[in-house]
Amino acid sequence: MNKWLVSLTIALALLSAQSFAKVVHKERSMYRNILVEDIENLRCLKFNVKTSKTNQSCIYKNDPRYLVFNYTKLLFSSLLVTNKDPESVLIIGLGGGTMSNTIHEIYPNAKIENIEIDPAVVKVARKYFGFFENQHITSKTQDGRIFVKRAGIKKEKYDWIILDAFNGDYIPEHLLTKEFLEEVKALLSEDGVLSANTFSVSELYAHESATYKAVYGDFFNVRNGRNTNRIILAINKPLPDGQTIMRRAKSLQALLEPFGVNMVELSSNMYSTAEDQDWPENTKVLTDQFSPANLLNQ
Amino acid sequence: MGIEMLGGRILAPYFGSSVHIWGSIITVFMLSLSFGYLLGGKFSTRSPSLTKYGSIFFISGITVLPIVLWAQPIMELIFTHIEDTRYGSLLACMVLFFIPTIFMGMISPYSVRLLVKDKNKSGQVAGVLYFVSTLGSALGTIITSFYFVLHFEVNTIIYAYSILLMLLGIVAILADKLNVQLKQDVAGVAHE
Repeated sequence: MNKWLVSLTIALALLSAQSFAKVVHKERSMYRNILVEDIENLRCLKFNVKTSKTNQSCIYKNDPRYLVFNYTKLLFSSLLVTNKDPESVLIIGLGGGTMSNTIHEIYPNAKIENIEIDPAVVKVARKYFGFFENQHITSKTQDGRIFVKRAGIKKEKYDWIILDAFNGDYIPEHLLTKEFLEEVKALLSEDGVLSANTFSVSELYAHESATYKAVYGDFFNVRNGRNTNRIILAINKPLPDGQTIMRRAKSLQALLEPFGVNMVELSSNMYSTAEDQDWPENTKVLTDQFSPANLLNQ
Repeated sequence: MGIEMLGGRILAPYFGSSVHIWGSIITVFMLSLSFGYLLGGKFSTRSPSLTKYGSIFFISGITVLPIVLWAQPIMELIFTHIEDTRYGSLLACMVLFFIPTIFMGMISPYSVRLLVKDKNKSGQVAGVLYFVSTLGSALGTIITSFYFVLHFEVNTIIYAYSILLMLLGIVAILADKLNVQLKQDVAGVAHE
């Protein structure tokens, strides 16, 4: 009940965004136009234009813990494919810093590194979205690919890598190639999980899927039909079965509840590509040599 | 320009796609073109011929090849030695694109020298040349970035540009040989 009410409120708020939105902050960064808008109790970070489609991150001002976005909730399905609680987390693409804040609250001792290409986004996240850093949380202004390459040379390992560098308008093509995904794979610890938040509903969907499969083998698609987001979950070993996932979901249910995440429900939104490969077999894999991601995503 | 567009793609895996990457690429291309113009102009004063003109094309086609053959190890080396991606990408651009672009820059002034027969028309010839070369750059840019990248690998496109440059060079050299041959024949006929 409560959930429907919340969804309805968001929908209404977004629908009436044009008339009720109050612009709190506006700036043109090196990469994009950044906009922070308040719609009553909801605060959203937007890139480029004034439509709800480009909302990057939202929080409730009176309850910043509660996750607004469907995809941020979906991202927590990552915890279901491993038995290890994450001790080190790498987040590529900061947005409002919601994921960093939330993960820190759940796992206060985990080391969290945020990588964001745009210094203006980091600044806005700190000032308007309560993003914070401490001895466990750091942020670095750098291109994700370069960070990953350097971390690989230093032989660093992460239990959870979140790739959230794609927004609906523009895709960094060098973060979608086989070579990049291999570099990321090398950073995963033995029980590590890669979760990528992607958007594609276009021709790119097949290419993206084929590329992930080429590097990781079968993976989970997580989606619940509430929007076009899909989360890709990939690990370094064979995918766990339904029972294992359900057991883990039940054990995490209470921990995640305060954030508006229903782990048991999430476990039913996971689709293994081993059973359901929804792209043609002969799809071309994206590489550093061939990666017209933005042209395919139309 | 076609190659310049691919520069961004070649550098991205090592230096990212930040704004300064394009700064590096454009700086290096402009710098090498300017030296190319200077050298091309100077070179055109020493008994200019179509054969020499063709050789410039041919050599620029060859100097493009290292981009395909050694870009990976070169960028790897620079990446591990220079932390700052601004100077890393600038150096990588210099190593990969400086020399081929100098040769390409030599083509324009040399063309002026070969085409100007009448001092009064020199401005017009230069105008037409600027028109052709800049229009060609525009076409190279749009075709590469809109279509080529959708169908071919970066290396395939660069090979194609390289072969095109070398072919143009060979055509120019052959045309010159034929021309000389023809002149000799004509001279021979005139003698008889």
